[in-house]
Amino acid sequence: MKAFNGRVVSPGTVTAEALVSHGGLNTLASFQKALQFGDKKATCGDQNNPDLYGHEMAGKALCLPQTIGSTTGGLVLYCACAMGRQPACMLFSQPIDSLAGAGVILADVWLDGVKMPVIDSLGDEFLDFVKTGNTITVKENGVVEVE
Amino acid sequence: MFLTEEQKAILNGEKGDTLAKVMESVVRYGELFGADKLVPITSKYNHLVTSFGLKMIGPIYDLMNKLIEAGAISGQKFSCDPRPVDKNVPANFLQKLVFNKFMYSKQDFYEGQLNTLGLMEKDAFSCACYLDEVGNKPNKGDILSWSESSAVVYANSVLGARCNRNSGIIDIMGSVVGYVPHFGLLTDEGRKATWIIEVKTTKKPEAQLLGSAIGMKVMEDVPYIKGLDHWIGDELNDESCAYLKDFGAATASNGAVGLYHVDNLTPEAKELGDALISEGAQVYVIDDAELQRIYDSYPVIWKKPDATPKLCFMGCPHMSLEQLKSWTVKLEAALEKAGNKKVVIPTVFTTAPKVIEAFNNTEYAKRLEATGVIVSYICPLMYMNNPLCRKMPVITSSNKLRTYTTARYYTDEEILVKITGGKK
Repeated sequence: MKAFNGRVVSPGTVTAEALVSHGGLNTLASFQKALQFGDKKATCGDQNNPDLYGHEMAGKALCLPQTIGSTTGGLVLYCACAMGRQPACMLFSQPIDSLAGAGVILADVWLDGVKMPVIDSLGDEFLDFVKTGNTITVKENGVVEVE
Repeated sequence: MFLTEEQKAILNGEKGDTLAKVMESVVRYGELFGADKLVPITSKYNHLVTSFGLKMIGPIYDLMNKLIEAGAISGQKFSCDPRPVDKNVPANFLQKLVFNKFMYSKQDFYEGQLNTLGLMEKDAFSCACYLDEVGNKPNKGDILSWSESSAVVYANSVLGARCNRNSGIIDIMGSVVGYVPHFGLLTDEGRKATWIIEVKTTKKPEAQLLGSAIGMKVMEDVPYIKGLDHWIGDELNDESCAYLKDFGAATASNGAVGLYHVDNLTPEAKELGDALISEGAQVYVIDDAELQRIYDSYPVIWKKPDATPKLCFMGCPHMSLEQLKSWTVKLEAALEKAGNKKVVIPTVFTTAPKVIEAFNNTEYAKRLEATGVIVSYICPLMYMNNPLCRKMPVITSSNKLRTYTTARYYTDEEILVKITGGKK
Protein backbone atom coordinates (compact mmCIF):
# COMPACT_ATOMS: atom_id res chain seq x y z
CA MET A 1 0.00 0.00 0.00
CA LYS A 2 1.21 3.46 -0.81
CA ALA A 3 -0.36 6.78 0.16
CA PHE A 4 -0.35 10.03 -1.82
CA ASN A 5 -1.32 13.51 -0.66
CA GLY A 6 -3.34 15.88 -2.80
CA ARG A 7 -5.61 18.92 -2.64
CA VAL A 8 -9.28 18.36 -1.87
CA VAL A 9 -11.38 19.82 -4.69
CA SER A 10 -14.59 18.10 -3.59
CA PRO A 11 -14.52 16.32 -0.22
CA GLY A 12 -15.65 12.82 0.61
CA THR A 13 -14.47 9.29 1.27
CA VAL A 14 -14.76 6.29 -1.01
CA THR A 15 -13.16 2.96 -1.87
CA ALA A 16 -13.23 1.87 -5.51
CA GLU A 17 -11.35 0.05 -8.23
CA ALA A 18 -8.82 2.17 -10.12
CA LEU A 19 -9.17 3.01 -13.80
CA VAL A 20 -6.06 4.77 -15.03
CA SER A 21 -5.61 7.12 -17.97
CA HIS A 22 -2.05 8.21 -18.59
CA GLY A 23 -3.14 10.70 -21.24
CA GLY A 24 -5.61 13.52 -20.73
CA LEU A 25 -9.25 12.47 -20.39
CA ASN A 26 -11.29 13.89 -23.24
CA THR A 27 -14.56 14.27 -21.35
CA LEU A 28 -16.87 14.79 -24.32
CA ALA A 29 -15.34 11.99 -26.38
CA SER A 30 -15.31 9.68 -23.36
CA PHE A 31 -18.86 10.23 -22.02
CA GLN A 32 -20.95 11.38 -24.98
CA LYS A 33 -21.99 7.98 -26.27
CA ALA A 34 -22.83 6.75 -22.78
CA LEU A 35 -24.96 9.79 -21.98
CA GLN A 36 -26.76 9.77 -25.31
CA PHE A 37 -27.62 6.13 -25.38
CA GLY A 38 -28.38 5.23 -21.82
CA ASP A 39 -25.22 3.33 -20.97
CA LYS A 40 -25.40 3.31 -17.17
CA LYS A 41 -21.89 1.93 -16.90
CA ALA A 42 -20.51 4.89 -18.87
CA THR A 43 -18.31 2.89 -21.22
CA CYS A 44 -15.55 5.16 -22.51
CA GLY A 45 -16.03 6.04 -26.19
CA ASP A 46 -12.78 7.91 -26.80
CA GLN A 47 -10.96 6.07 -29.55
CA ASN A 48 -7.85 8.18 -28.94
CA ASN A 49 -7.43 7.00 -25.37
CA PRO A 50 -6.12 3.42 -25.45
CA ASP A 51 -6.06 3.26 -21.63
CA LEU A 52 -9.80 3.90 -21.28
CA TYR A 53 -11.48 3.08 -24.60
CA GLY A 54 -14.14 0.43 -23.98
CA HIS A 55 -13.71 0.49 -20.20
CA GLU A 56 -16.60 1.21 -17.84
CA MET A 57 -16.04 4.51 -16.00
CA ALA A 58 -19.09 4.73 -13.73
CA GLY A 59 -18.23 3.78 -10.16
CA LYS A 60 -14.49 3.57 -10.81
CA ALA A 61 -11.71 5.56 -9.19
CA LEU A 62 -10.71 7.49 -12.29
CA CYS A 63 -7.00 8.35 -12.16
CA LEU A 64 -5.80 10.86 -14.73
CA PRO A 65 -3.46 13.78 -15.33
CA GLN A 66 -6.11 16.32 -16.43
CA THR A 67 -9.07 16.53 -18.80
CA ILE A 68 -8.70 17.83 -22.34
CA GLY A 69 -10.77 18.66 -25.40
CA SER A 70 -14.12 20.36 -25.94
CA THR A 71 -15.33 23.01 -23.53
CA THR A 72 -18.54 21.07 -23.17
CA GLY A 73 -16.41 19.01 -20.78
CA GLY A 74 -17.75 20.59 -17.61
CA LEU A 75 -21.39 20.29 -18.53
CA VAL A 76 -20.84 16.71 -19.71
CA LEU A 77 -19.36 15.88 -16.32
CA TYR A 78 -22.26 17.70 -14.64
CA CYS A 79 -24.74 15.62 -16.65
CA ALA A 80 -22.89 12.40 -15.83
CA CYS A 81 -23.23 13.28 -12.12
CA ALA A 82 -26.90 14.26 -12.45
CA MET A 83 -27.64 10.99 -14.22
CA GLY A 84 -25.68 8.84 -11.76
CA ARG A 85 -23.05 7.78 -14.29
CA GLN A 86 -20.08 9.52 -12.72
CA PRO A 87 -16.88 7.85 -11.53
CA ALA A 88 -16.72 7.00 -7.81
CA CYS A 89 -14.02 9.63 -7.54
CA MET A 90 -11.65 11.57 -9.78
CA LEU A 91 -7.97 11.67 -8.89
CA PHE A 92 -5.79 14.10 -10.80
CA SER A 93 -2.00 13.87 -10.78
CA GLN A 94 -1.81 17.52 -11.90
CA PRO A 95 -3.76 20.57 -10.75
CA ILE A 96 -7.31 20.21 -12.03
CA ASP A 97 -8.07 21.94 -15.36
CA SER A 98 -10.74 24.58 -15.87
CA LEU A 99 -13.23 22.26 -17.61
CA ALA A 100 -13.21 19.48 -15.04
CA GLY A 101 -13.09 22.07 -12.27
CA ALA A 102 -16.24 23.74 -13.60
CA GLY A 103 -18.07 20.42 -13.87
CA VAL A 104 -17.17 19.40 -10.32
CA ILE A 105 -18.24 22.76 -8.89
CA LEU A 106 -21.49 22.86 -10.85
CA ALA A 107 -22.35 19.39 -9.56
CA ASP A 108 -21.45 20.42 -6.00
CA VAL A 109 -23.47 23.64 -6.06
CA TRP A 110 -26.52 22.65 -8.12
CA LEU A 111 -27.10 18.94 -7.51
CA ASP A 112 -28.39 17.46 -4.29
CA GLY A 113 -27.15 14.14 -3.04
CA VAL A 114 -24.37 13.61 -5.58
CA LYS A 115 -21.04 12.70 -4.07
CA MET A 116 -17.93 12.37 -6.16
CA PRO A 117 -14.77 13.07 -4.16
CA VAL A 118 -12.20 14.88 -6.28
CA ILE A 119 -8.54 15.22 -5.37
CA ASP A 120 -5.94 16.95 -7.53
CA SER A 121 -2.17 17.67 -7.47
CA LEU A 122 -1.31 14.08 -6.48
CA GLY A 123 1.92 14.25 -8.49
CA ASP A 124 3.38 12.34 -11.42
CA GLU A 125 4.52 9.55 -9.10
CA PHE A 126 0.87 8.76 -8.36
CA LEU A 127 0.10 8.05 -12.02
CA ASP A 128 3.35 6.11 -12.39
CA PHE A 129 2.43 3.92 -9.43
CA VAL A 130 -1.30 3.29 -9.74
CA LYS A 131 -2.53 0.56 -12.09
CA THR A 132 -5.98 -0.19 -13.44
CA GLY A 133 -7.58 -2.72 -11.10
CA ASN A 134 -5.83 -1.49 -7.93
CA THR A 135 -8.05 -0.76 -4.93
CA ILE A 136 -8.15 2.94 -4.10
CA THR A 137 -9.28 4.52 -0.87
CA VAL A 138 -9.86 8.26 -0.70
CA LYS A 139 -9.76 9.91 2.73
CA GLU A 140 -11.50 13.11 3.76
CA ASN A 141 -8.20 14.99 4.08
CA GLY A 142 -7.05 14.37 0.50
CA VAL A 143 -4.96 11.29 1.23
CA VAL A 144 -5.27 8.64 -1.48
CA GLU A 145 -4.25 5.09 -0.63
CA VAL A 146 -3.39 2.65 -3.42
CA GLU A 147 -3.38 -1.10 -2.74
CA MET B 1 -10.63 36.04 -3.19
CA PHE B 2 -11.47 39.71 -2.81
CA LEU B 3 -15.16 40.42 -3.39
CA THR B 4 -16.82 43.83 -3.54
CA GLU B 5 -19.76 44.60 -1.28
CA GLU B 6 -22.12 44.14 -4.24
CA GLN B 7 -20.63 40.74 -5.07
CA LYS B 8 -20.80 39.65 -1.42
CA ALA B 9 -24.45 40.70 -1.25
CA ILE B 10 -25.32 38.55 -4.26
CA LEU B 11 -23.37 35.62 -2.79
CA ASN B 12 -25.22 36.05 0.51
CA GLY B 13 -28.56 35.72 -1.21
CA GLU B 14 -29.76 39.32 -1.10
CA LYS B 15 -30.88 39.00 -4.73
CA GLY B 16 -32.35 35.55 -4.33
CA ASP B 17 -31.20 31.97 -3.86
CA THR B 18 -30.68 31.19 -7.54
CA LEU B 19 -28.47 34.22 -8.17
CA ALA B 20 -26.57 33.33 -4.99
CA LYS B 21 -25.90 29.88 -6.43
CA VAL B 22 -24.77 31.38 -9.72
CA MET B 23 -22.36 33.65 -7.83
CA GLU B 24 -21.19 30.73 -5.68
CA SER B 25 -20.43 28.74 -8.85
CA VAL B 26 -18.39 31.61 -10.30
CA VAL B 27 -16.55 32.35 -7.05
CA ARG B 28 -15.71 28.71 -6.29
CA TYR B 29 -14.57 28.28 -9.89
CA GLY B 30 -12.20 31.21 -9.41
CA GLU B 31 -10.98 30.08 -6.00
CA LEU B 32 -10.07 26.70 -7.42
CA PHE B 33 -7.66 28.38 -9.80
CA GLY B 34 -6.26 30.97 -7.42
CA ALA B 35 -8.21 33.97 -8.72
CA ASP B 36 -7.57 37.11 -6.67
CA LYS B 37 -10.82 38.88 -7.62
CA LEU B 38 -13.73 38.98 -10.03
CA VAL B 39 -13.41 41.33 -13.02
CA PRO B 40 -16.23 42.79 -15.13
CA ILE B 41 -16.95 41.22 -18.50
CA THR B 42 -16.30 43.90 -21.14
CA SER B 43 -17.19 42.19 -24.43
CA LYS B 44 -20.46 43.15 -26.09
CA TYR B 45 -21.57 39.53 -26.52
CA ASN B 46 -20.98 36.15 -24.91
CA HIS B 47 -20.62 32.87 -26.80
CA LEU B 48 -21.99 29.57 -25.50
CA VAL B 49 -20.86 26.10 -26.49
CA THR B 50 -24.18 24.39 -25.78
CA SER B 51 -26.39 24.66 -28.84
CA PHE B 52 -27.80 21.19 -29.08
CA GLY B 53 -31.16 20.04 -27.84
CA LEU B 54 -29.99 16.57 -26.99
CA LYS B 55 -32.66 14.59 -25.22
CA MET B 56 -30.07 13.10 -22.91
CA ILE B 57 -28.82 16.35 -21.38
CA GLY B 58 -32.00 16.91 -19.45
CA PRO B 59 -30.09 18.12 -16.36
CA ILE B 60 -28.93 21.13 -18.38
CA TYR B 61 -32.49 22.11 -19.33
CA ASP B 62 -33.50 21.80 -15.69
CA LEU B 63 -30.67 24.10 -14.69
CA MET B 64 -31.54 26.61 -17.43
CA ASN B 65 -35.15 26.55 -16.25
CA LYS B 66 -34.02 27.41 -12.74
CA LEU B 67 -32.21 30.46 -14.14
CA ILE B 68 -35.21 31.52 -16.22
CA GLU B 69 -37.74 31.05 -13.42
CA ALA B 70 -35.59 33.13 -11.08
CA GLY B 71 -35.14 35.89 -13.66
CA ALA B 72 -31.38 35.21 -13.67
CA ILE B 73 -31.11 36.20 -17.32
CA SER B 74 -27.83 36.85 -19.10
CA GLY B 75 -26.75 40.48 -18.86
CA GLN B 76 -25.31 40.31 -22.35
CA LYS B 77 -26.70 38.75 -25.50
CA PHE B 78 -24.86 35.72 -26.84
CA SER B 79 -24.21 33.55 -29.85
CA CYS B 80 -24.14 29.75 -29.69
CA ASP B 81 -22.39 26.84 -31.34
CA PRO B 82 -23.97 25.44 -34.53
CA ARG B 83 -27.28 23.66 -34.70
CA PRO B 84 -27.01 19.86 -34.75
CA VAL B 85 -29.44 19.12 -37.60
CA ASP B 86 -30.07 20.44 -41.10
CA LYS B 87 -32.43 18.75 -43.55
CA ASN B 88 -30.06 19.64 -46.43
CA VAL B 89 -27.36 17.30 -45.13
CA PRO B 90 -27.65 13.76 -46.55
CA ALA B 91 -29.24 11.32 -44.14
CA ASN B 92 -31.24 8.17 -44.69
CA PHE B 93 -34.72 7.55 -43.31
CA LEU B 94 -33.46 5.87 -40.16
CA GLN B 95 -30.92 8.60 -39.47
CA LYS B 96 -33.56 11.29 -39.86
CA LEU B 97 -35.81 9.40 -37.50
CA VAL B 98 -33.05 9.09 -34.92
CA PHE B 99 -32.02 12.78 -35.26
CA ASN B 100 -35.49 14.29 -35.07
CA LYS B 101 -37.44 11.90 -32.88
CA PHE B 102 -34.79 10.64 -30.53
CA MET B 103 -31.49 12.51 -30.26
CA TYR B 104 -32.41 16.13 -30.88
CA SER B 105 -36.09 16.04 -30.04
CA LYS B 106 -35.54 18.84 -27.50
CA GLN B 107 -33.98 21.23 -30.05
CA ASP B 108 -36.96 23.57 -30.40
CA PHE B 109 -37.52 23.57 -26.65
CA TYR B 110 -33.87 24.37 -25.96
CA GLU B 111 -33.75 27.13 -28.58
CA GLY B 112 -36.73 28.61 -26.77
CA GLN B 113 -34.73 28.60 -23.55
CA LEU B 114 -31.79 30.24 -25.31
CA ASN B 115 -34.05 32.96 -26.73
CA THR B 116 -35.37 33.70 -23.27
CA LEU B 117 -31.88 33.78 -21.82
CA GLY B 118 -30.52 36.23 -24.43
CA LEU B 119 -29.66 34.72 -27.85
CA MET B 120 -28.33 37.52 -30.16
CA GLU B 121 -30.79 36.64 -32.93
CA LYS B 122 -32.59 33.53 -34.11
CA ASP B 123 -29.78 32.29 -36.36
CA ALA B 124 -26.81 33.18 -34.13
CA PHE B 125 -25.53 29.61 -34.27
CA SER B 126 -21.89 29.14 -35.29
CA CYS B 127 -18.70 27.99 -33.61
CA ALA B 128 -16.92 30.73 -35.61
CA CYS B 129 -18.95 33.54 -34.04
CA TYR B 130 -16.06 35.96 -34.55
CA LEU B 131 -16.47 35.96 -38.34
CA ASP B 132 -17.48 39.42 -39.57
CA GLU B 133 -20.80 38.18 -40.93
CA VAL B 134 -21.81 36.70 -37.56
CA GLY B 135 -20.89 39.84 -35.70
CA ASN B 136 -19.61 38.58 -32.36
CA LYS B 137 -16.03 39.81 -32.65
CA PRO B 138 -14.51 41.09 -29.41
CA ASN B 139 -11.91 43.84 -29.27
CA LYS B 140 -8.32 43.46 -28.16
CA GLY B 141 -8.17 43.42 -24.37
CA ASP B 142 -11.87 42.62 -23.91
CA ILE B 143 -12.69 40.30 -21.00
CA LEU B 144 -14.90 37.41 -22.08
CA SER B 145 -16.93 34.61 -20.50
CA TRP B 146 -16.90 32.46 -23.65
CA SER B 147 -16.69 28.72 -23.94
CA GLU B 148 -16.26 26.70 -27.22
CA SER B 149 -12.59 25.79 -27.32
CA SER B 150 -11.97 26.84 -30.93
CA ALA B 151 -13.58 30.26 -30.38
CA VAL B 152 -11.73 30.86 -27.11
CA VAL B 153 -8.34 30.07 -28.62
CA TYR B 154 -9.11 32.32 -31.61
CA ALA B 155 -10.33 35.21 -29.44
CA ASN B 156 -7.26 35.01 -27.21
CA SER B 157 -4.66 34.44 -29.89
CA VAL B 158 -5.82 36.24 -33.04
CA LEU B 159 -8.00 38.98 -31.54
CA GLY B 160 -6.03 39.56 -28.33
CA ALA B 161 -9.11 39.31 -26.12
CA ARG B 162 -8.82 37.67 -22.71
CA CYS B 163 -10.75 34.54 -21.87
CA ASN B 164 -10.17 31.32 -19.99
CA ARG B 165 -11.16 27.96 -21.41
CA ASN B 166 -14.50 28.11 -19.68
CA SER B 167 -16.80 25.17 -19.65
CA GLY B 168 -20.35 25.25 -20.92
CA ILE B 169 -22.79 26.53 -18.24
CA ILE B 170 -20.03 28.38 -16.36
CA ASP B 171 -19.96 30.58 -19.50
CA ILE B 172 -23.52 31.84 -19.06
CA MET B 173 -23.15 32.12 -15.31
CA GLY B 174 -20.45 34.73 -15.90
CA SER B 175 -22.88 36.66 -18.06
CA VAL B 176 -25.65 36.41 -15.47
CA VAL B 177 -23.58 37.99 -12.69
CA GLY B 178 -21.51 40.15 -15.07
CA TYR B 179 -18.13 39.02 -13.75
CA VAL B 180 -15.50 36.35 -14.37
CA PRO B 181 -12.70 35.24 -12.03
CA HIS B 182 -9.32 36.84 -12.65
CA PHE B 183 -6.89 33.97 -13.26
CA GLY B 184 -5.03 32.10 -16.00
CA LEU B 185 -5.36 33.60 -19.46
CA LEU B 186 -6.86 36.79 -18.04
CA THR B 187 -3.53 37.68 -16.43
CA ASP B 188 -0.32 38.92 -18.07
CA GLU B 189 1.65 36.11 -16.44
CA GLY B 190 -0.81 33.48 -17.61
CA ARG B 191 -0.40 34.64 -21.21
CA LYS B 192 3.33 33.96 -21.26
CA ALA B 193 4.57 31.04 -23.33
CA THR B 194 6.15 28.03 -21.68
CA TRP B 195 6.91 26.35 -24.99
CA ILE B 196 8.84 27.57 -28.02
CA ILE B 197 7.72 25.85 -31.22
CA GLU B 198 10.23 25.99 -34.05
CA VAL B 199 8.57 25.34 -37.41
CA LYS B 200 11.24 23.98 -39.77
CA THR B 201 9.18 22.41 -42.52
CA THR B 202 10.11 22.59 -46.20
CA LYS B 203 6.59 23.63 -47.23
CA LYS B 204 3.61 25.40 -45.68
CA PRO B 205 2.48 23.08 -42.91
CA GLU B 206 -1.10 21.84 -43.01
CA ALA B 207 -2.92 24.00 -40.42
CA GLN B 208 -4.87 21.15 -38.89
CA LEU B 209 -1.84 18.86 -38.70
CA LEU B 210 0.46 21.47 -37.19
CA GLY B 211 -2.19 22.38 -34.63
CA SER B 212 -2.66 18.74 -33.75
CA ALA B 213 1.09 18.21 -33.23
CA ILE B 214 1.38 21.27 -31.01
CA GLY B 215 -1.77 20.49 -29.03
CA MET B 216 -0.69 16.95 -28.28
CA LYS B 217 2.74 18.17 -27.17
CA VAL B 218 1.97 21.22 -25.03
CA MET B 219 -1.51 20.19 -23.81
CA GLU B 220 -2.90 23.24 -21.92
CA ASP B 221 0.31 25.31 -22.02
CA VAL B 222 0.89 28.44 -24.10
CA PRO B 223 3.16 27.94 -27.14
CA TYR B 224 5.13 30.70 -28.89
CA ILE B 225 5.49 29.63 -32.51
CA LYS B 226 8.50 30.70 -34.55
CA GLY B 227 8.93 30.21 -38.27
CA LEU B 228 5.24 30.02 -39.17
CA ASP B 229 5.19 33.63 -40.36
CA HIS B 230 7.56 32.48 -43.12
CA TRP B 231 4.67 30.45 -44.55
CA ILE B 232 1.55 32.46 -43.72
CA GLY B 233 2.96 35.99 -43.64
CA ASP B 234 3.13 38.71 -41.03
CA GLU B 235 -0.30 40.20 -41.61
CA LEU B 236 -3.67 39.16 -40.26
CA ASN B 237 -5.80 38.97 -43.40
CA ASP B 238 -8.61 36.67 -44.56
CA GLU B 239 -6.20 33.92 -45.56
CA SER B 240 -3.99 33.94 -42.48
CA CYS B 241 -6.98 34.29 -40.14
CA ALA B 242 -8.66 31.27 -41.77
CA TYR B 243 -5.40 29.33 -41.34
CA LEU B 244 -5.17 30.33 -37.67
CA LYS B 245 -8.85 29.45 -37.11
CA ASP B 246 -8.28 25.88 -38.27
CA PHE B 247 -4.85 25.61 -36.67
CA GLY B 248 -6.16 26.84 -33.31
CA ALA B 249 -9.13 24.48 -33.32
CA ALA B 250 -6.73 21.57 -33.71
CA THR B 251 -4.50 22.77 -30.84
CA ALA B 252 -7.57 23.10 -28.63
CA SER B 253 -9.16 19.76 -29.46
CA ASN B 254 -6.06 17.57 -29.80
CA GLY B 255 -4.71 19.18 -26.64
CA ALA B 256 -6.19 21.91 -24.47
CA VAL B 257 -4.53 25.06 -25.81
CA GLY B 258 -6.37 28.28 -24.99
CA LEU B 259 -3.81 30.74 -26.33
CA TYR B 260 -0.91 30.66 -28.76
CA HIS B 261 1.39 33.35 -30.04
CA VAL B 262 2.76 33.39 -33.59
CA ASP B 263 5.99 35.33 -33.96
CA ASN B 264 5.55 38.50 -36.08
CA LEU B 265 1.85 37.80 -36.63
CA THR B 266 -0.53 37.62 -33.68
CA PRO B 267 -1.15 40.91 -31.83
CA GLU B 268 0.68 40.25 -28.58
CA ALA B 269 3.63 38.61 -30.35
CA LYS B 270 3.92 41.67 -32.58
CA GLU B 271 3.91 43.97 -29.57
CA LEU B 272 6.04 42.03 -27.11
CA GLY B 273 7.95 39.41 -29.14
CA ASP B 274 10.31 37.21 -27.13
CA ALA B 275 9.32 39.01 -23.92
CA LEU B 276 6.25 36.75 -24.00
CA ILE B 277 8.42 33.67 -23.53
CA SER B 278 8.91 32.45 -19.96
CA GLU B 279 12.35 31.66 -18.69
CA GLY B 280 13.14 27.97 -19.11
CA ALA B 281 10.55 27.44 -21.85
CA GLN B 282 10.76 24.01 -23.47
CA VAL B 283 11.46 23.69 -27.19
CA TYR B 284 9.59 21.53 -29.71
CA VAL B 285 10.95 21.38 -33.25
CA ILE B 286 8.49 20.52 -36.00
CA ASP B 287 9.81 19.42 -39.35
CA ASP B 288 8.32 17.39 -42.21
CA ALA B 289 9.15 14.10 -40.51
CA GLU B 290 7.45 15.13 -37.28
CA LEU B 291 4.26 16.09 -39.11
CA GLN B 292 4.32 12.78 -40.95
CA ARG B 293 4.79 10.96 -37.63
CA ILE B 294 1.74 12.74 -36.22
CA TYR B 295 -0.32 11.97 -39.34
CA ASP B 296 0.66 8.30 -39.23
CA SER B 297 -0.25 8.06 -35.55
CA TYR B 298 -3.97 8.66 -36.11
CA PRO B 299 -5.92 5.46 -35.62
CA VAL B 300 -8.22 4.33 -38.43
CA ILE B 301 -11.27 3.01 -36.66
CA TRP B 302 -13.50 2.27 -39.61
CA LYS B 303 -14.73 -1.30 -39.61
CA LYS B 304 -13.34 -1.63 -43.13
CA PRO B 305 -10.30 0.62 -43.38
CA ASP B 306 -10.44 0.55 -47.19
CA ALA B 307 -14.17 1.40 -47.38
CA THR B 308 -15.33 3.92 -49.96
CA PRO B 309 -16.20 7.17 -48.15
CA LYS B 310 -19.92 7.89 -48.04
CA LEU B 311 -19.66 11.49 -46.92
CA CYS B 312 -17.12 14.28 -46.62
CA PHE B 313 -17.40 17.12 -44.09
CA MET B 314 -15.40 20.32 -44.42
CA GLY B 315 -15.75 23.17 -41.97
CA CYS B 316 -15.16 22.18 -38.37
CA PRO B 317 -14.81 24.92 -37.21
CA HIS B 318 -17.16 26.65 -39.65
CA MET B 319 -15.61 27.91 -42.88
CA SER B 320 -15.11 31.59 -43.56
CA LEU B 321 -16.55 33.34 -46.60
CA GLU B 322 -13.10 33.44 -48.17
CA GLN B 323 -12.63 29.71 -47.59
CA LEU B 324 -15.91 28.98 -49.36
CA LYS B 325 -14.77 31.07 -52.31
CA SER B 326 -11.27 29.63 -52.50
CA TRP B 327 -12.57 26.06 -52.20
CA THR B 328 -15.01 26.74 -55.03
CA VAL B 329 -12.13 27.71 -57.27
CA LYS B 330 -10.01 24.74 -56.16
CA LEU B 331 -12.89 22.33 -56.71
CA GLU B 332 -13.61 23.59 -60.20
CA ALA B 333 -9.99 23.18 -61.23
CA ALA B 334 -9.69 19.73 -59.65
CA LEU B 335 -12.95 18.51 -61.22
CA GLU B 336 -11.83 19.67 -64.61
CA LYS B 337 -8.50 17.91 -64.17
CA ALA B 338 -10.28 14.73 -63.08
CA GLY B 339 -12.73 14.92 -65.97
CA ASN B 340 -15.76 15.08 -63.66
CA LYS B 341 -18.61 17.57 -63.45
CA LYS B 342 -19.58 16.96 -59.83
CA VAL B 343 -17.98 15.66 -56.65
CA VAL B 344 -17.90 11.88 -56.52
CA ILE B 345 -18.37 11.70 -52.74
CA PRO B 346 -21.32 13.53 -51.14
CA THR B 347 -19.65 16.58 -49.65
CA VAL B 348 -20.89 19.13 -47.13
CA PHE B 349 -19.23 22.48 -46.46
CA THR B 350 -20.34 23.90 -43.12
CA THR B 351 -20.46 27.55 -42.19
CA ALA B 352 -22.51 30.09 -40.23
CA PRO B 353 -26.06 30.94 -41.37
CA LYS B 354 -24.99 34.56 -41.87
CA VAL B 355 -22.02 33.47 -43.98
CA ILE B 356 -24.36 31.35 -46.12
CA GLU B 357 -26.47 34.46 -46.68
CA ALA B 358 -23.42 36.47 -47.70
CA PHE B 359 -22.08 33.64 -49.88
CA ASN B 360 -25.40 33.31 -51.66
CA ASN B 361 -25.02 36.93 -52.74
CA THR B 362 -21.77 36.15 -54.56
CA GLU B 363 -21.21 34.59 -57.97
CA TYR B 364 -19.45 31.67 -56.22
CA ALA B 365 -22.67 30.24 -54.77
CA LYS B 366 -24.01 28.97 -58.11
CA ARG B 367 -20.56 27.73 -59.07
CA LEU B 368 -20.19 25.73 -55.87
CA GLU B 369 -23.72 24.37 -56.24
CA ALA B 370 -22.77 23.19 -59.72
CA THR B 371 -20.00 21.04 -58.25
CA GLY B 372 -22.57 19.18 -56.17
CA VAL B 373 -21.28 20.41 -52.81
CA ILE B 374 -23.92 21.11 -50.17
CA VAL B 375 -23.50 24.18 -47.97
CA SER B 376 -24.94 23.77 -44.48
CA TYR B 377 -24.99 25.47 -41.07
CA ILE B 378 -24.86 22.12 -39.27
CA CYS B 379 -22.38 21.03 -36.60
CA PRO B 380 -20.75 17.98 -38.21
CA LEU B 381 -19.64 16.77 -34.82
CA MET B 382 -23.22 16.57 -33.61
CA TYR B 383 -24.27 14.88 -36.87
CA MET B 384 -21.62 12.21 -36.44
CA ASN B 385 -22.14 11.31 -32.81
CA ASN B 386 -24.70 8.53 -32.98
CA PRO B 387 -24.38 4.80 -33.66
CA LEU B 388 -25.76 5.08 -37.21
CA CYS B 389 -23.38 7.76 -38.42
CA ARG B 390 -20.52 6.37 -36.38
CA LYS B 391 -20.51 3.33 -38.65
CA MET B 392 -20.38 5.46 -41.81
CA PRO B 393 -17.02 5.95 -43.50
CA VAL B 394 -16.80 9.74 -43.35
CA ILE B 395 -13.75 11.76 -44.35
CA THR B 396 -12.71 15.23 -43.25
CA SER B 397 -9.74 17.56 -43.06
CA SER B 398 -10.85 18.68 -39.59
CA ASN B 399 -8.69 17.40 -36.80
CA LYS B 400 -11.37 18.35 -34.30
CA LEU B 401 -13.92 16.19 -36.08
CA ARG B 402 -11.38 13.35 -36.27
CA THR B 403 -10.76 13.62 -32.54
CA TYR B 404 -14.39 13.42 -31.45
CA THR B 405 -15.86 11.07 -34.04
CA THR B 406 -15.02 8.16 -36.33
CA ALA B 407 -14.34 10.52 -39.23
CA ARG B 408 -11.03 9.86 -40.96
CA TYR B 409 -8.59 12.69 -41.39
CA TYR B 410 -6.97 13.60 -44.69
CA THR B 411 -5.07 16.74 -45.65
CA ASP B 412 -6.90 19.38 -47.70
CA GLU B 413 -5.02 18.27 -50.80
CA GLU B 414 -5.93 14.62 -50.27
CA ILE B 415 -9.57 15.53 -49.65
CA LEU B 416 -9.66 17.51 -52.87
CA VAL B 417 -8.38 14.54 -54.86
CA LYS B 418 -10.81 12.13 -53.21
CA ILE B 419 -13.98 14.18 -53.60
CA THR B 420 -13.26 15.15 -57.19
CA GLY B 421 -12.35 11.65 -58.26
CA GLY B 422 -8.87 12.66 -59.27
CA LYS B 423 -5.65 10.76 -59.04
CA LYS B 424 -2.75 11.59 -56.76
